Amino acid sequence: MLRHRISGKRKFYISLMRVLMSAAAVLTAALVLFMIAYVFIRGLPNVTWKLLSTKPSYLTGSVGILPDILNTLYIVIASLLIVLPLGVGAAIYLTEYASNRKLVAVIEYASETLSGIPSIIYGLVGMLFFCQVLGMKTSLLAGALTLVIMNLPTVMRTTQESLKTVPQSYREGAFGLGAGKWRVIRTVVLPGCVDGVITGCILSVGRILGESAALLFTAGFAHALNGFFEGLGSAGATLTVALYVYAKEEGEFEVAFAIAAILMILTLLINFAAMFVERYFKRKKNT
Amino acid sequence: MKKNGRFLENFIHGVFLILGLITVGCVLLITVYLFISGIPAIREIGLIPFLSGTRWASTAAEPQYGILPFILTSVYGTAGAILLGVPAGFMTAVYLSKAAPPKLRSVMESCVSLLAGIPSVVYGLVGMLILVPGIRKLFNVPDGSSLFAAIIVLAIMILPSIIKVSVTALDAVPKEYEDASLALGATPVETWFRVSVPAAKSGIAAAVVLGVGRAIGEAMAVMMVSGNVPNMPGLFQSVRFLTTAVASEMSYSSGLQRQALFSIALVLFLFIMLINASLNFFLKRDKEV
Repeated sequence: MLRHRISGKRKFYISLMRVLMSAAAVLTAALVLFMIAYVFIRGLPNVTWKLLSTKPSYLTGSVGILPDILNTLYIVIASLLIVLPLGVGAAIYLTEYASNRKLVAVIEYASETLSGIPSIIYGLVGMLFFCQVLGMKTSLLAGALTLVIMNLPTVMRTTQESLKTVPQSYREGAFGLGAGKWRVIRTVVLPGCVDGVITGCILSVGRILGESAALLFTAGFAHALNGFFEGLGSAGATLTVALYVYAKEEGEFEVAFAIAAILMILTLLINFAAMFVERYFKRKKNT
Repeated sequence: MKKNGRFLENFIHGVFLILGLITVGCVLLITVYLFISGIPAIREIGLIPFLSGTRWASTAAEPQYGILPFILTSVYGTAGAILLGVPAGFMTAVYLSKAAPPKLRSVMESCVSLLAGIPSVVYGLVGMLILVPGIRKLFNVPDGSSLFAAIIVLAIMILPSIIKVSVTALDAVPKEYEDASLALGATPVETWFRVSVPAAKSGIAAAVVLGVGRAIGEAMAVMMVSGNVPNMPGLFQSVRFLTTAVASEMSYSSGLQRQALFSIALVLFLFIMLINASLNFFLKRDKEV
């Protein structure tokens, strides 16, 4: 009965909006599927053991991406090692110590500002400050430090969010038993924010893997095979930078697509890991 | 013993305070360095000729440093990406937040996060091999590396942020508003677009501003598809953005040319600060209402 009272104009509006919504949703889904399928189809056939396990050689004219894989690994490890204590510490200060509201507002504003700055500007300042002023030259360490600044807001935010879910009564209980502030933080607060720290880690790894503009001038694009400490001190390309160099400057599209496929697999893994961690801790907190 | 404990507590408080202030230090460091390194070239070239000069010829015998082409390209490119990306992202967000069945919604949401996680160089690579030749054939232009290709890549890249922020805003609309509208006889679709969307407009505006920030700051993907020639912008011209201007010449620049690149970065930074300020404005207003 109600149907009859809806005028033609309204019916048209409703169906138009429905069509537009479905079209947009289908478009988005199609884009994702297309990106995955295209990169895998063009890239996976080129991912060979030889490509993964050798370094580029001008003698035989062969290309290998082992150095780039190692460089990526080094830079991820170095960045995480530095950003975790800094980010978690800052989050603890904000939620546990800070009593001055203005100071908190300033720190939070700074962290928002940091997350809005484009990576090319990080790259530029990283080059000026770490490479030139601190004399690190173009090196993985300079790149890692640049990425530390970039990822600081992420780690801070996720840790802060999980600190807020630690019940106030836990802290009060510990204080009531005579524990000092530092002891409460060590034994009650820190164990409670593990999920935030892990989520922050995963998000940071994702960002580091995908970053290229900030690393171009700080970490450079060499393909030398190095150990960890030796590698940190010398220039090196990560996978994304190597992709850019192979595609844009050398026209080696097979290699570029192989790297793209590897990056896509890593992105998928990181997304699944993030989802899994979120579900796992949600279940744990509910029980 | 007690005195020792107090000292330890104070010491640790101090350590955490320093850690908390690191972000502030980083922002100051970035701002100060950009200004220090960006100002000299502007003073030498002159602010007006620098900003409004239409010719960039940094390696010519008589170098010219006008960055108007870059500014306009960045503005047009961002506007184009917003024009394409916002309607698509907005409609998807309304669908996901209101119409989609829960299972489909969670699948789509992980798809959207995946889209956000794909590295920008991968977008650039796919754009280089599909969009650029496609545009060349479709529109019959000599080179497909153009502003148009960059706009499409940027529109795809800002899609996930627009969808995510809009969905969050739409989810936060109180259920009572929608129930009231339904009870008055509006159909669900009318309710979503005439009640929920206006109620979430601050959040959606924030999504758009976030998209603007993403688009104007993107460098690598754009560098791979835009042709990288300092022309005044045209839809099928090879162009250079503010970001790519910095990235493409940095490795071999020196002297005034290098300083001018820092000045470009400063201009970009000021744009971003402006965008951040408006983003904060929208988010704050959302909280207060």
